[in-house]
Amino acid sequence: MTEAALKHPTPVEEGKRRRARMKARQTEAKRVRTLVPPEGAALNLKISTFGERFGAFILDVGLQFLLMFVIIFGIASIAGAFGFRGWQIAWAVAQILIFFVRNFYFIFFEIGRKAATPGKRALGLRVADRKGGRLTANAVIARNFLRELEFFLPLSVLFSFGADGVAGWINWLLFIWCGLFVLFPLFNKDKLRVGDLVAGTMVIHAPKVQLLDDIASATPATETTGAIRFTPAQLDVYGIHELHVLEDVLRQSTPEIKRNVANRIATKIGYEPAAGESDLMFLEAFYAGLRRHLEQRMLFGERKEDKYDKR
Amino acid sequence: MKSYRFREERQADWKQLEDIVQRAEQKGVSGLSDQDMERLPGLYRQAVSSLSVARNISLDQNVIAYLETLCARAYFFVYGTRSRMGERIAQFFARDWAAAVSAAKGPTLLAFLCLFGGALLAFFLTLNDTEWYWTFHGGSWDSRNPNATYDELRATLYEERRDIVDMLGAFAAQLFSHNSGIAIFAFALGFAFGVPTAVLLIYNGVYLGSFYAVFWQKGLAYELTGWLFIHGVTELFAVILAGAAGFMIGGAVAFPGRKKRMQSMREAGEKAAMVIIGAVVMLFIAALLEGFGRQLITSDAIRYGIAITSLIFWLGYFYLPRRVEGDRRD
Repeated sequence: MTEAALKHPTPVEEGKRRRARMKARQTEAKRVRTLVPPEGAALNLKISTFGERFGAFILDVGLQFLLMFVIIFGIASIAGAFGFRGWQIAWAVAQILIFFVRNFYFIFFEIGRKAATPGKRALGLRVADRKGGRLTANAVIARNFLRELEFFLPLSVLFSFGADGVAGWINWLLFIWCGLFVLFPLFNKDKLRVGDLVAGTMVIHAPKVQLLDDIASATPATETTGAIRFTPAQLDVYGIHELHVLEDVLRQSTPEIKRNVANRIATKIGYEPAAGESDLMFLEAFYAGLRRHLEQRMLFGERKEDKYDKR
Repeated sequence: MKSYRFREERQADWKQLEDIVQRAEQKGVSGLSDQDMERLPGLYRQAVSSLSVARNISLDQNVIAYLETLCARAYFFVYGTRSRMGERIAQFFARDWAAAVSAAKGPTLLAFLCLFGGALLAFFLTLNDTEWYWTFHGGSWDSRNPNATYDELRATLYEERRDIVDMLGAFAAQLFSHNSGIAIFAFALGFAFGVPTAVLLIYNGVYLGSFYAVFWQKGLAYELTGWLFIHGVTELFAVILAGAAGFMIGGAVAFPGRKKRMQSMREAGEKAAMVIIGAVVMLFIAALLEGFGRQLITSDAIRYGIAITSLIFWLGYFYLPRRVEGDRRD
């Protein structure tokens, strides 16, 4: 929860904020592709955004350049010992190695078990079959050879023409060509580039998530002994969104923010803190109470989305 | 609290599944013991059902996010490909590649006609009027043009560079020559109904044909054929197959039949990818032949011998029917 959220907003602002939140959630929901494996329970896969993919691509290209430099300098330092003949060999060997790096970098990594290049892995992306089947080597090859056409061909032609005045308009055409392919993922809902289209693949965002301790587990004692109890009316003030925000606050924020949040909740629900009770104790007890309350209502089919949801 | 107890009872299993998947992602199947393999299906099914229950009864964001990614990772492993790289490569050379090529006879023939049609056309045009050479080649700096003398042309066919360094250099240069580029683009451009692929092939045929005509006029056709086809059989075959791969995709887009266009393109893309990666392998072999073979062997007879042998080899390899051992797909 940010500083701004701690000030009391006007009802108009609250309404705006809620609409913005709903909209953000809708766009998030649009990214989800449901896959039903034979087990029957649906898996939700998230399509990666254009930004994520572009970032991964930049990382990969950078890494390729780094690899090429390492190859060239490594070979050059060995060849230096052999004088001029050594240089000729070195150049030929380096060219052959670079050929492999250039053409098989993406294919090598995407065929591997993680189905992702180092750049993709760094951003939590992986390549998957669009229908949920297995990702075949052929699909990986097809999607990566098409990248040559989408990006590297126009780029290399662009550079080879250079500042030649006559070819100016060709440069522009190539630039448009390049832009068309590079921006292609922006214009379809699955964020596919042309290579994905031909290969039947998609890139999904599936970062590793650690299983953290349950916050509620810290307070089973309070649940039973009733050290801190809340009335149903107090628990009815908030909804699921607020519960999730509270979860984030408890998991990752400074004591200061926790204090502010505790104060605001206490004021809002009209709760008088008992003596010797810390903010953390109060928040954890309230979290546990609220979650139990909302989960119970959810079991009866009443999903109270947020505090404005009058159910 | 229900969701708390639910989690308490199952999280040990989730952790175990995560551990197995983690090891599998790092080391592959070899990183797993028999016991792991035995437990995996059960643990996976349990995690998936936990996920669908958790969505309905738990409001703990962390648990749901954790299960979503855990199940997805396990899914990709359980239903992903399990064969090893080496196995798959062996299978590619033993069966898949030849099967893909021989299944694409139509597109291959079309690509062949484009390339050699262009070559024949340019050949006869240039024979009639050498001006055509300059039309096709522009103002290129190639010394092998109609103005060159017999001796100059002949010398280009038999330059002896028996130095290993030079041969290595020639090989490397060949890798970067336009051929591998043409092959990849002939494939990649296919999705525009195959038209750019045809243009690319015809253009290359024209280039070849006019070049041939220059040597023909000077009475060097026999020598040029040996010089060209010692590696050219493999190289041109590869370019034709790349073009065929392009036509496969183009055809699938233009005439999807009863399938959806996307589906049709995607299926063709799978098959074409096999043909194209094979073409890249062939270009690699061609580069070896050109870089080393052509400099070492200056006898016309042996050059012809290699050319004919390689042609027979490729035709036999691709089109001779072979026994299929049990249908295993990966």
